[in-house]
Amino acid sequence: MGVISISETPLHVLAVDDSNIDRKLIERLLKTFSYHVTAVDSGIKALEFLGLQDVENFQSFSPNPEEEVNLVITDYCMPGMTGFELLRKIKESKSLKDIPVVIMSSDNIPARINRCLEEGAEEFFLKPVRLSDVDKLKPYFSKNDRKTTDEEECVSSDRSRAMDDDDGGDVDGDGDDGVEAWSDENEQIEKDQSCHHKMFKIEDVVP
Amino acid sequence: MAAVSQLQRQFIEYTTSLYNEGYLDDQFTQLQKLQDESNPEFVVEVVSLFFEDSEKLLNNLATALQQKIVDYKQVDSHVHQFKGSSSSIGAQRVTNVCVHFRNYCEEKNLDGCLRCLQQVKHEYILVRNKLEALFRLEQQILQAGGSIPMME
Repeated sequence: MGVISISETPLHVLAVDDSNIDRKLIERLLKTFSYHVTAVDSGIKALEFLGLQDVENFQSFSPNPEEEVNLVITDYCMPGMTGFELLRKIKESKSLKDIPVVIMSSDNIPARINRCLEEGAEEFFLKPVRLSDVDKLKPYFSKNDRKTTDEEECVSSDRSRAMDDDDGGDVDGDGDDGVEAWSDENEQIEKDQSCHHKMFKIEDVVP
Repeated sequence: MAAVSQLQRQFIEYTTSLYNEGYLDDQFTQLQKLQDESNPEFVVEVVSLFFEDSEKLLNNLATALQQKIVDYKQVDSHVHQFKGSSSSIGAQRVTNVCVHFRNYCEEKNLDGCLRCLQQVKHEYILVRNKLEALFRLEQQILQAGGSIPMME
């Protein structure tokens, strides 16, 4: 592959939001900084765009070199896959994990913010997002050499950390059931009804 | 020229009153900053999306609250959306009602929810009328050959 001059290729942001109004807004905000923008309305579509085919079974990653994504900015509350789950899938993928991810949310919930940052999000913006927020994105951009492999790449086969692990119990034999210990933070997230998406059931955590 | 400057003065006064009375907040100003020669209709486009969304949400809310057994999670989901979209365009009074609305959803308080539905509908209609009036004023200024004053 030839070398692509950085000055010729505008940085590419993948924006993910189920609200059409917010998608239009974030797209316009990003374009004022001359970023190239792709906007999708769900986490599944985001992963498909990033090259993760057959998302359910985490099979076959086929990178799309013309559509290299330098940053993902995603809403937190979305039906189906939340922004947090999208973040997690990206960070668990060998080929996608170096793409910086920024989370947006209309709710100011410290436990949620911390959880996202701990999971590897670079930044957390409160909505409505402003020009001054987008201005902060510059240092986070990666212009990485995406690893292209010939083999099929699977997202981590270690399912013990999966949030919707239906197997339950001790999957990898390490003495716990793979879900983190109950804490006030988790209780706060459990009570966090705004997404109407149970990240994990109480029964999975409290034996 | 006199007509244009009069219209422009009207525009400034009207816009100022909308901010003072809390119909609009700074987010609306942010939207206007995003409008330029390459996106000359940006504010109208976003606000139109808001109008479309809101009508649907209001219908969905009315239906959800009419059910024999009300699904408050569903109601809250609609209100959450309404809160988000109104906040994104700076329709502050609508957003504020949504905050109270969500509390009633959490409490599963039907009376409270029904009152909030009326209130949010009322505030939505008010801000819609005011924004439409504002856009008409803008059109009048442009047609008279003037430019829209920038509000700081």
